[in-house]
Amino acid sequence: MNLSRIFDIAGSGMTAQSVRMNTVASNLANAQTSASSEAEAYKAKQAVFQTVQHEADGQYSESAKGVEVVDIVESNAPADKRYEPDHPDADGEGYVYYSNVNVVEEMANMIAASKAFNAEVEVMNTTKSMLQRVLTLGQG
Amino acid sequence: MAISFDKALGIHEAALRVRTQRAEVLASNLANVETPGYQARDIDFRDMLQQHQKDSASTIPMQNHSRNYGAEPSVTHQNHIPLQGFSREYSTEPELKYYQPNQASLDGNTVEAHEEHAKFMQNAMDFQASFTLLNKKFTGLSKALKGE
Repeated sequence: MNLSRIFDIAGSGMTAQSVRMNTVASNLANAQTSASSEAEAYKAKQAVFQTVQHEADGQYSESAKGVEVVDIVESNAPADKRYEPDHPDADGEGYVYYSNVNVVEEMANMIAASKAFNAEVEVMNTTKSMLQRVLTLGQG
Repeated sequence: MAISFDKALGIHEAALRVRTQRAEVLASNLANVETPGYQARDIDFRDMLQQHQKDSASTIPMQNHSRNYGAEPSVTHQNHIPLQGFSREYSTEPELKYYQPNQASLDGNTVEAHEEHAKFMQNAMDFQASFTLLNKKFTGLSKALKGE
């Protein structure tokens, strides 16, 4: 009987999704950030998920597998280069480099993360009611 | 006459355990709904049921158990009474199966969130059913003991 392990699994999912939500928030906040060179421009960040073995009592369980963020990678799409000679960030030739964030993509990412997060909450709630029922075993 | 809890509680205790394990597997699937390359898994209840029936049909001696939980009771004297009702196999990990997704995704992930949701909910309902039946067994036992 190991229902409590489900809380760890769902918890790992919630943590991973909230990290992803954080990267989306950073990307959207910096969507219009300007810089004076390609290298300095803000690059969109993405969380990379990986399955993680859940360890309990010193042994791995085959059935319980959580998720974790193993890396946060930066997009290598070219920066948005605009000709704005009057801009304070303009380089010698009058170009300003804006971030390579794709706002539409980020919005889709945000919705997916929030949906997945809600699913984890539901899993936790269902597990909670299962556990509460087990506690009443033999009482009536 | 020794009371064998194994026989008194029937299959419900084992069923409840399988439901718990299945909840765990389905929760893992839901946690990995966006992990690239993750393959969704599930427990085949029919297989587990057949396994259980096979196990309880053949009386396996304690020594043959795959997992050892603490000290094993054994008969070392002629006046010893062999321990009954303790011969249940503490089954180790269940056999997990992979299934073909209806719509395969490019990143190799085979989890289909809506289906996993439905399965998780159904499993919770099955759990409640098994639980109710098990609870009734206990109620029946205590009634029998009280002799009302």
